[in-house]
Amino acid sequence: MGILDIYLPIAGVSLDVMALLILGAAVGVLSGVFGVGGGFLLTPLLIFIGVPPAVAVASSANQLVGASVSGAIAHWRRGNIDFLMGALMLLGGFAGSVLGVWLFAILRRIGQVELFVSLAYALLLTTLGALMMIESTRSLLRRRRGITLRRKLHQHTWLHGLPFKLRFRRSKLYTSALLPVILGFLVGVLSAVLGVGGGFVMVPAMIYLLRMPTAVVPGTSLFQIIFVTAAVTLLQAVENNTVDVVLAIVLLIGGVIGAQLGTRWGAKLRGEELRALLALIVLAVAAKLVFDLTVKPDNLFSLGTLEL
Amino acid sequence: MTTRAITRRALLAVAFLALALPARADQPLLADLTGHLIAITTGFTGTSVVLFGATDGPGDIVAIVRGPERDSVVWQKRHLAGLWINGHSVTFANVPSYYAVFSNRKLADIAPANAQAQSQIGIGNLRIDPRDPQTRPDETTTFRAALIAEQKRAHLFGEYPGSVAFLGDRLFRATLNFPANVPTGNYLVEVLLIRSGKVVSGQTTPLVIAETGVGADVSEFAENNAALYGVGAVLGAALLGWLASLPFRNV
Repeated sequence: MGILDIYLPIAGVSLDVMALLILGAAVGVLSGVFGVGGGFLLTPLLIFIGVPPAVAVASSANQLVGASVSGAIAHWRRGNIDFLMGALMLLGGFAGSVLGVWLFAILRRIGQVELFVSLAYALLLTTLGALMMIESTRSLLRRRRGITLRRKLHQHTWLHGLPFKLRFRRSKLYTSALLPVILGFLVGVLSAVLGVGGGFVMVPAMIYLLRMPTAVVPGTSLFQIIFVTAAVTLLQAVENNTVDVVLAIVLLIGGVIGAQLGTRWGAKLRGEELRALLALIVLAVAAKLVFDLTVKPDNLFSLGTLEL
Repeated sequence: MTTRAITRRALLAVAFLALALPARADQPLLADLTGHLIAITTGFTGTSVVLFGATDGPGDIVAIVRGPERDSVVWQKRHLAGLWINGHSVTFANVPSYYAVFSNRKLADIAPANAQAQSQIGIGNLRIDPRDPQTRPDETTTFRAALIAEQKRAHLFGEYPGSVAFLGDRLFRATLNFPANVPTGNYLVEVLLIRSGKVVSGQTTPLVIAETGVGADVSEFAENNAALYGVGAVLGAALLGWLASLPFRNV
């Protein structure tokens, strides 16, 4: 028990304020540097320190609203948000979250939410982490050897042959509007099912699939996360009464400071290093998830209370 | 209130009780708590309540504290294709969310096993039955043991021999400690006077554990005005995020 404990009314537990502030700040730095909301780290960490899982998921969504507003403003001042791209992703995102909520209800009925969430995380994070690691190491090595291999401006794949082409001025892209909508939809499903903003999926996808310039990726992603997490917070508050504002506010106070610092540090780091760092974090979380699933637990039994 | 203040109050009350006792000599057991309401506020980190009382002669005192009942599911993990996943589960009906037994010495020394079972004293004698009557007996045993172990780990189930102290052979006192994660609701404190293994007298006192202050207001609002609460949570977070970005505007 800490020196300065605070009672969280919805979670129904007392936790150390300092621990929560530090947790919020650490996740905030991530959010600012990479443009990922950090929910994929925040939620498991909150559960680890004793917040009930349902409350952890809903309250992190709530704190992510504030953290991403703060982060997005910082990026917007630098002109690093592609609003057209963000709006299209949102369109898909809302549709995706509706499907996700429905999927989540089915998983809950058959009692396998926990397993599904862990497996889905492990699979996603391993794939993304590995891809990013390979790519960023390659370009880091290339730079060290002094070879400047310029990225082709027009690298066409079948993805770019899709209809409804639009010009995205900020991103310097001329591509199909379907791409961001589909991407937003997939991330929306993930957000609802995994209870995260989805930035950690969105960011790599924007870089590698949409081929957006690295500079506009974090801002655009954060812009989109604001609305996705707001929708999730609202839904959780109405459906499950699991949003703990006290928890969210404490996390947020730490988080916003972290996000501002993160945004400035992010501007100083090089793209490849940034991506290698994110890849490492993503892989570490994936490894922990796989480890937890495969190692025989100390306790084979767990308790759940039926909500009546 | 500090623990010391509570203790001082309890001692005063015990002294008062001792004076009042001769007038009610027909009552073999009298007991009360220093407070009947535990208020969970923003700074709540667990608390204690003092139980005090008097008997009409030597004997053993057992105090049983029971929290509100609820249904609990126990999941058992199984190994499937290299992964440990939730497999079988048993749902138990009407499990006390909190159960603690305070006594002046070991329960085994106070009363024989059959007498304990008869009066439902001790965790081993708690009636915890599966909601589904078709559950196999061996399964019930395993899962019930797991439920008890988990509750003990969370300090929500416990037996505390030696926690009831006698002052002389008629006055007794016990400090009932409640952890920070104590469930809210209506509790019952059952005090038993036991002589040579038999329950001679018993008294039941209510205890309410409830959220008060800002915490209670927040959770009440969240329940009753869920949509408004959700909108408020979103707007509040967004506002805080915007405010936080202001000092960094010109950086």
